[in-house]
Amino acid sequence: MDRTVEEKISRTPHDGGLWGGHLHVQDCYQCQRCSAGCPVAFAMDLKPHQIMQAISLGMKDRVLSSRTPWVCASCYTCTTRCPNEIDIAKVMDWLRQVALAEGRMPVEREVALFHRAFLDSIRSHGRVHELGMMARYKTKTGKFFEDLKLGWKMFLKGKLKIWPSRLRRRREIAELFPQPNRREA
Amino acid sequence: MEVSYYPGCSLHGTAREYDESTREVSEALGVKLHELEDWNCCGASSAHSTDETLALRLAARNLVIAQRTGLDVVVPCAACFSRLKAAQKVEEEARGGTGAKGTLRVLSLLEFLAAPALREKIASRKKRSLEGLTVVCYYGCLWVRPPKWTEAKQPENPVALERLMKLLGARPIPWSYQTDCCGGSLVLTDIVRRLTGRLLDGALEAGAEAVVVACPLCQANLDTRQEEIARETGRAYGLPILYFTELIGLSFGSPQAHRWFRRHFVDPRGLLSAKGLL
Repeated sequence: MDRTVEEKISRTPHDGGLWGGHLHVQDCYQCQRCSAGCPVAFAMDLKPHQIMQAISLGMKDRVLSSRTPWVCASCYTCTTRCPNEIDIAKVMDWLRQVALAEGRMPVEREVALFHRAFLDSIRSHGRVHELGMMARYKTKTGKFFEDLKLGWKMFLKGKLKIWPSRLRRRREIAELFPQPNRREA
Repeated sequence: MEVSYYPGCSLHGTAREYDESTREVSEALGVKLHELEDWNCCGASSAHSTDETLALRLAARNLVIAQRTGLDVVVPCAACFSRLKAAQKVEEEARGGTGAKGTLRVLSLLEFLAAPALREKIASRKKRSLEGLTVVCYYGCLWVRPPKWTEAKQPENPVALERLMKLLGARPIPWSYQTDCCGGSLVLTDIVRRLTGRLLDGALEAGAEAVVVACPLCQANLDTRQEEIARETGRAYGLPILYFTELIGLSFGSPQAHRWFRRHFVDPRGLLSAKGLL
């Protein structure tokens, strides 16, 4: 992907003036279809339509301290059904990214740790090594013994590889990750 | 026919039987699968949840490799499919035009095998009808949503799996959870159990003997969690969760079928033997 394409994609979220403007959150007219169809709405403190309204009202802190973006399953039901074509699932992505960029402790710490372990595995091998990734994640959350039985059974079924399958050109992968030293230059 | 094949990480690990049955069925149909050389992980939910640029770069590297082969890419995993399609769309939009000539197509394994030409071939290769097997077809999220990426014509009511099952002689029955989320991308296991449990309950209530799937994450969730969900709901499930490629292979009379089924948590061999299919 060339530079211009990447720049277009990673425009800062505040370009539009309004918070969330780049995802045209302000088009929301509160029909609540997103919340009605959301399979994880039961576990959310703010339902998707409430998140949309809070963003429009500029309630940044309330939104970024919400559990909602972290329990979103990225199933895209809301995005598919929104009559105003707001990509609500992408709004949730954006909120997670903003929260992490601001150094906020995610409300659902486990989710953030899982993503970290998953991406670490990609960075080292180019692919996800399921066994190594799960071991790292479980150790980090201090729940090493949870799901151990499940893992053992998977292993016995020949579903878990002991060694990672690695890329030949692994260096290319590491270069796709943010480079803290080179970013400034 | 020749296509590029992007298996994705799951098919090299927890979903080996999906990979093996896909290769076997393709060979029988005269489709040559060329695994993408040095492919990398698509980044899945973890990348797009935390770093949009990284997500696009990880997917784009695979598209670049695929572009060199000049062949369309077939993808068996719904999550990989979603990421590759998303990257392709974003890039096309940024370049100011969609569907440029010479752009390779990213195809889901399901739509690829369910297209008319191969469907006909499947029908002619079929050695054994799966008559008497009552199933519900489960698509999950990312094969169909969001349609701006997947190009699904009926995102709320897909039909490819049902069509294939009918072709094989099985009886697909209607149910309400075709495209509901299993929670595959979620880490919070209490929520996952609730979502997956709803699907299992729905399948039982519909009267299904097995669930047919086309995604390694849906399969893993539905297959491996039945015991723990049963402890909470008090219902015995014992529902085999079968990849559609395994059923195609079974109807072709593949001698490998036993090896695939052995890897399932809920062993389908009892059910299939009872039906005289194994």
